Amino acid sequence: MSEWIAALSAWLLALAGDAEPWASYARYLPRILDGVWLTLELVVLSGIIGILLAIPLALLRIARAPWLWMPAYGYIFFFRGTPLLVQIFLVYYGLSQFESLRDAGWLWNEVLSKPYWCAIIAFSLNTAAYIAEILRGAIQAVPKGEVEAAQSLGLSRATQYRKVILPRAFRIMLPAYGNEVILMLKGSALASTITLLDLMGATRSVIARTYMNMEFFLLAGVLYLLIAAALIGLFRLLERALNVHQRAPRRSSSAGFG
Amino acid sequence: MDLQGFGHLLLSGTWVTLQLAFASLGFGLALGLLGAAAMRAPVAPLRWLAIAYNTLIRGIPELLLVLIIYFGATHLLEALTGAHIEVSAFVAGVTALSIAFGAYASEVFRSAIQEIPKGQMEAAAALGLGRWAAFSHVMLPQLWRIALPGLGNLFLVLLKDTALVSVIGLEDLMRQAYVAAGFTKLPFTFYLAAAGIYLLLTILAMQAIQRLEHWANRGYHGARA
Repeated sequence: MSEWIAALSAWLLALAGDAEPWASYARYLPRILDGVWLTLELVVLSGIIGILLAIPLALLRIARAPWLWMPAYGYIFFFRGTPLLVQIFLVYYGLSQFESLRDAGWLWNEVLSKPYWCAIIAFSLNTAAYIAEILRGAIQAVPKGEVEAAQSLGLSRATQYRKVILPRAFRIMLPAYGNEVILMLKGSALASTITLLDLMGATRSVIARTYMNMEFFLLAGVLYLLIAAALIGLFRLLERALNVHQRAPRRSSSAGFG
Repeated sequence: MDLQGFGHLLLSGTWVTLQLAFASLGFGLALGLLGAAAMRAPVAPLRWLAIAYNTLIRGIPELLLVLIIYFGATHLLEALTGAHIEVSAFVAGVTALSIAFGAYASEVFRSAIQEIPKGQMEAAAALGLGRWAAFSHVMLPQLWRIALPGLGNLFLVLLKDTALVSVIGLEDLMRQAYVAAGFTKLPFTFYLAAAGIYLLLTILAMQAIQRLEHWANRGYHGARA
């Protein structure tokens, strides 16, 4: 893959000749594409971990016992009420304050001192709080009749959630979750502040060499827009696939888009 | 929490953060109204411009926008005047944050406009009010009430986004926490203190928004929560 990109870069460079900024775009193409890849990695990985964390959080949040919902509420409130930048710095710079952590061996050497994992941790914890709120809304929006039907079938509470409520809630929350993923994509640019070479970081490192700040910032903007558009398209497809049962049978008079 | 005498630094940063947030709110609201008006303009290119503004800004990271404005403004001024003029981080920050706020706010205003019954504008027209008079006397006073919950959320987002301006060196709360963390070698303490202040500001803003909503909805008991 990387050889292929290098070949493409060389070919584009020959094509561009001396014409700037195209020649520099071609020269730094591999670096920028590496950045795009890292950005996608950060968004997808923290999106998945975020959902896994959000499910128990949302369930705790709708619990009636105060000792269950209050910690979940506090968690959600903290992560939604403070800037993502503070959260990243708390994880990446902040944790080094604790000597016991620095002596924790593998955990420190391989995870907590690595900007990559710190970014994943901060993004996952952050997006989990937002997803939990979305999921809570979706669970509460599951039609009452469906929950009652599950109850009247004698399903246990756990089975109700596993088989009826959560699958339905996931479908309800999908559009809102798509929005959250776009916000996470935009937030992922903050990874560059802890030295990661994501799209934003790669762009800034190229600018440090070429001094072509506007040219490369605008290129990054276009690439972010393209990634956002691709993600939006992906979620549309997913929505259609999951809600296939809801699609109205095709009528000859229908003027809408299918 | 022992702040080692750096508490006043955090406070002065908080003051800068607040100035940044409220200045951006003012300009952002104006941009949002303009954007919403442009989206309903009878001239097609104006509508396209508004849609382009909306889509572009909502698709790129706020951090990138801050950097583009910061470096771009210097370029632009250099091209216009021929002299190298450094744009202050505060001005660049307010510009970037208002542009971002305005894009989302124009969407809030647009849907609020749609919620105002059509008959009211027709009634205004029947009374012989011009477009502007109808807008400022009939639509605008109601717009605030309907748009307030949406705008309130956007303000909370704006408050947090101010932290991004620390990246271009503005001495806001985030930047001062960074400075203090560097001096004292107590990063967790200071970032946690900054987080606490942001949280406090969020809580205060939420309460103010709630009061505003209550005030805006007086006379609508039960009609709109």
